[in-house]
Amino acid sequence: MSEVKKFRLTCIVCPLGCTVEVTIEGDRITGVEGFTCPRGKEYAIQEVREPKRTVMSVVKVKGGTFPTVAVKSDRPVPRELIPKIMRELAEVEVEAPVSVGQVIVENVLGTGANIVATREA
Amino acid sequence: MRSEYDTVVIGGGPAGLAAAIKAKELGMSVLLIENREFLGGIPMQCVHPGFGLHYFKEDLTGTEFIHRIIERFRELDIEYYTNAHVLEIVPYSYRHKILRVVTEEGIFEVRAKTVIYATGARERHTFEIGITGHRVAGIYTAGEAQTMMDIYGIMPGREIVIVGSGDVGLIMARRFTLEGAHVKAVIELMPYPGGLTRNVVQCLEDFGIPLYLSHAVTRVEGKKRVERVIVTKVDENLRPIPGTEESIECDTVVLAAGLVPYLKVIEKAGVKIDPATKGPVVNGYLETSVPGIFVAGNALVINDLVDYVVEQGEEAAEGAYEFVKNGGLPALKWRKLVKGRNIRLAVPHYLADTKDVTIYARVAEPEENVKLRFPEIGKEIRLPFVRPSEMIRVKLRGDEIARAEGRITMEVVRDE
Repeated sequence: MSEVKKFRLTCIVCPLGCTVEVTIEGDRITGVEGFTCPRGKEYAIQEVREPKRTVMSVVKVKGGTFPTVAVKSDRPVPRELIPKIMRELAEVEVEAPVSVGQVIVENVLGTGANIVATREA
Repeated sequence: MRSEYDTVVIGGGPAGLAAAIKAKELGMSVLLIENREFLGGIPMQCVHPGFGLHYFKEDLTGTEFIHRIIERFRELDIEYYTNAHVLEIVPYSYRHKILRVVTEEGIFEVRAKTVIYATGARERHTFEIGITGHRVAGIYTAGEAQTMMDIYGIMPGREIVIVGSGDVGLIMARRFTLEGAHVKAVIELMPYPGGLTRNVVQCLEDFGIPLYLSHAVTRVEGKKRVERVIVTKVDENLRPIPGTEESIECDTVVLAAGLVPYLKVIEKAGVKIDPATKGPVVNGYLETSVPGIFVAGNALVINDLVDYVVEQGEEAAEGAYEFVKNGGLPALKWRKLVKGRNIRLAVPHYLADTKDVTIYARVAEPEENVKLRFPEIGKEIRLPFVRPSEMIRVKLRGDEIARAEGRITMEVVRDE
């Protein structure tokens, strides 16, 4: 018999904030309870295996309407990489004009996610 | 520039932009006046997601959400000023208002048949939440700190204490941490967090930021800059308990202690204010007690979703359109919306049977398995839960409103 572990977590997919309990035996997920939608179930499994978040920040802009442009990762990235990504973004400076959706950093730290602009500058 | 407009919109945030777009689409002549140096309002400084789920059916960041609205505004080629302030609105006659406006080009007067007031809200400041002590550098409201960091690229501080655990405070805690600052604590007066649970999880727990419930910052200390805050436990009546003081070293205090509709200019024009919303009293067209002055967005009532703000902007524009078309709104039989059990606030305040209406309301206490009831018109809606932090939005059709002779009560009752 492998060890049984239970994880209680709060779903962050929507404002409801359901409490979801995930049961793991060894490295197998044997139970997910408490979710109220399929996205919640998916989130809970992902959160136990490899927590991911979307990164949001601003980077410097040269010669634009604003000194910064808001950016985000176009898909969630592993949570533990976020501080490293933030340090990398602190070094980035782009030239104006910048349009919404423009790729600022491609495949950031090899995560497969691009950092894209979310504001004009 | 013309000398008279069908409508002048004051405020270039989501409510004002949406109102101007709708007014222009309805064929009105429109001028928009914004006091910041750019259009877009607060979403311009909101780099986080959670915007637009209702309106665009997509999860957008604040900046992405407002970008779409601004693009539409530009397509319509609507006249506007930035860096401009409205000093005064003079209700010159029933059908005309005069606005005194100061711009970079000078001070001038504009005549308007209607005004849509969409100035948003102001943030509550130290004196309103009982913080005493030194008035030193390093005390900011959340919005000020957000503007510095996310528009102008300046870090407001390094060692931060946040006052207030509403969604704004929580999101700022995460934002500061990601930018390399150390958020030492979030201080909450109430015994429970003010924001959504999911924000407590992803903004505080993800980063190990302590949340002090039933605590208040009672004092700020420092010589030139903030050096520490004194935090005190509060009792069930929210009064500080002597002897429980604790000091937290920090260089910055960020106040995220709630918003109040910003009404300075229309208050002077004489609109009636609702003490519950702290915004104007309005009818189903979102018209205030001064005919021809409409209001939308956080200037009307503090909203939790930008989607509702945009919707109110559009509703106010439709009201202004009716006003201009008919030389005033039609005389209707208005029924007062009365706040019943567990309803803390509700707008609009008056409903008419010729007009479908969207009601925005908040409860006083959290409850589960309840019904939202309008007894006079026999309408009931089952809700799994209600919470003070989450606005209730409900539509009533004109024919439903017509069933009531007099007032219409809105109440939350247990679902037996």
